[in-house]
Amino acid sequence: MTPEDSRYAKSHEYVHPEAGDIAVIGITDYAQKELGDVVFVELPAIGTELELGDEFGSIESVKAVSELFSPVSGEVIEINEALTDKPELVNTDPYGDGWMMKLRLSVPDEVDELMTAEEYEEYVEKESGH
Amino acid sequence: MEDQKLKKTPLNAIEHELGGKMVDFGGWELPVQFSGILEEHAAVREHAGLFDVSHMGELTVKGPEALALLQRATCNDVSKLENGRAQYNGLLYPTAGFVDDIVVYQHSVDDFFVVVNASNSDKDFEWLADAAKGMDVDVRNVSADYAQLALQGPEAERLLQPMTDVGLGSIKYYRFGTGNVDGVPAIVSRTGYTGEDGFEIYVASSEGLRIMRKLIGAGAKPCGLGARDTLRLEAKMALYGNDIDETTTPLEADLGWMVKVEKGEFFGRDVLQREKAEGPRRKLAGFEMVDRGIARHGYPVVEGGEEIGVVTSGTHSPTLKKAIGLAYLPLDKSTPGTEFTVLIRGKETRARVVPTPFYKRAK
Repeated sequence: MTPEDSRYAKSHEYVHPEAGDIAVIGITDYAQKELGDVVFVELPAIGTELELGDEFGSIESVKAVSELFSPVSGEVIEINEALTDKPELVNTDPYGDGWMMKLRLSVPDEVDELMTAEEYEEYVEKESGH
Repeated sequence: MEDQKLKKTPLNAIEHELGGKMVDFGGWELPVQFSGILEEHAAVREHAGLFDVSHMGELTVKGPEALALLQRATCNDVSKLENGRAQYNGLLYPTAGFVDDIVVYQHSVDDFFVVVNASNSDKDFEWLADAAKGMDVDVRNVSADYAQLALQGPEAERLLQPMTDVGLGSIKYYRFGTGNVDGVPAIVSRTGYTGEDGFEIYVASSEGLRIMRKLIGAGAKPCGLGARDTLRLEAKMALYGNDIDETTTPLEADLGWMVKVEKGEFFGRDVLQREKAEGPRRKLAGFEMVDRGIARHGYPVVEGGEEIGVVTSGTHSPTLKKAIGLAYLPLDKSTPGTEFTVLIRGKETRARVVPTPFYKRAK
């Protein structure tokens, strides 16, 4: 199930808002399934200022590499260090322990522009052609 | 994915049934994975995995001048084959570039079975048929007649033996037997593309599905193209279109062991003789990443702002748990221990030449 308390981008990242304009960013369950076994996640340095749509890193699965795009603007205040040794957390728990970074949002309203869980599920259904 | 134009192997239905994640592979609808690349890779290294390789092409070369044709069109010495043996070989252009890399099976000295890459099968057939003009030899493309299964892994023999009257224990590496598998005529060779022990099984197209079901029922794990690629790269087996093509010679590709210039005239021989004497200008070398990241096909190798080489294959090695790859490097930079720089999406990243194969199974 797609968590109801997050918002979703067409590029398959989720934004999970926390208190005080902080948001947790990661990739969706659909995205991790499409990628397959994740073996390396490259994340930005803490302090990086990201604009909506900026590439913030990359994710390597055994079969391919994909760029990661920030669905919102903000400053990177924390990254998930656990992914260095256990990139497979992105596969096993994308919405939990497989999170990627925390941002201090500079334009909090951008979150409202993203898809809801229900909209995202419809979007994925269309995209995958099922 | 629903593209009607994609070609389907005789085993397509069971691959959908087993939940294979189907992709377009050179015009064929094939599974990239079933349960996951890492799991499938481990199954082949530790137990037994089963691959549908029916997309591969098969040609027959028969007649009094069959051997003469193959000797002229390839760089390895086909006359060294005996009945029941197979040989890895290069089908070459006069430039010494690869038309394809192939495996030649000798039934008898006037009857050869040639296994070629899927996307090259029409090209190879035309090239060989053209080279055969005026010779007493009959070349046929019989690709559509065969289903091909690759059963790979240390348990392959144990799983397959109960289903066949071919005595697998007596078939050594790169040899084959003919007999029945599950009651139907088959060619069974101790060959593969994984660096593991195992067999490749050729049967009539219509029989493949049943045999695949039985082997899976016996415990073989269905595997896709993803694991096939990580397995073959660990074993440093070349992939046509990635590591070798019409612009690369066997010597550049570090396949000098199969170049037999002394066997007599063949396409590309003069180029290879010169390369042997002077050394090829570049060489395919195995590398490991020193910095983090994975260098993949097409990424440039740079030095002082200039491109001096190119990565042809790269992946995360599930067995070694590190990033490995193959790259064409200038000859003097291709020896183990040499470090070089790859641009990974524009970022300078260090890599180091290492001895290959990356993985060698314990005998």
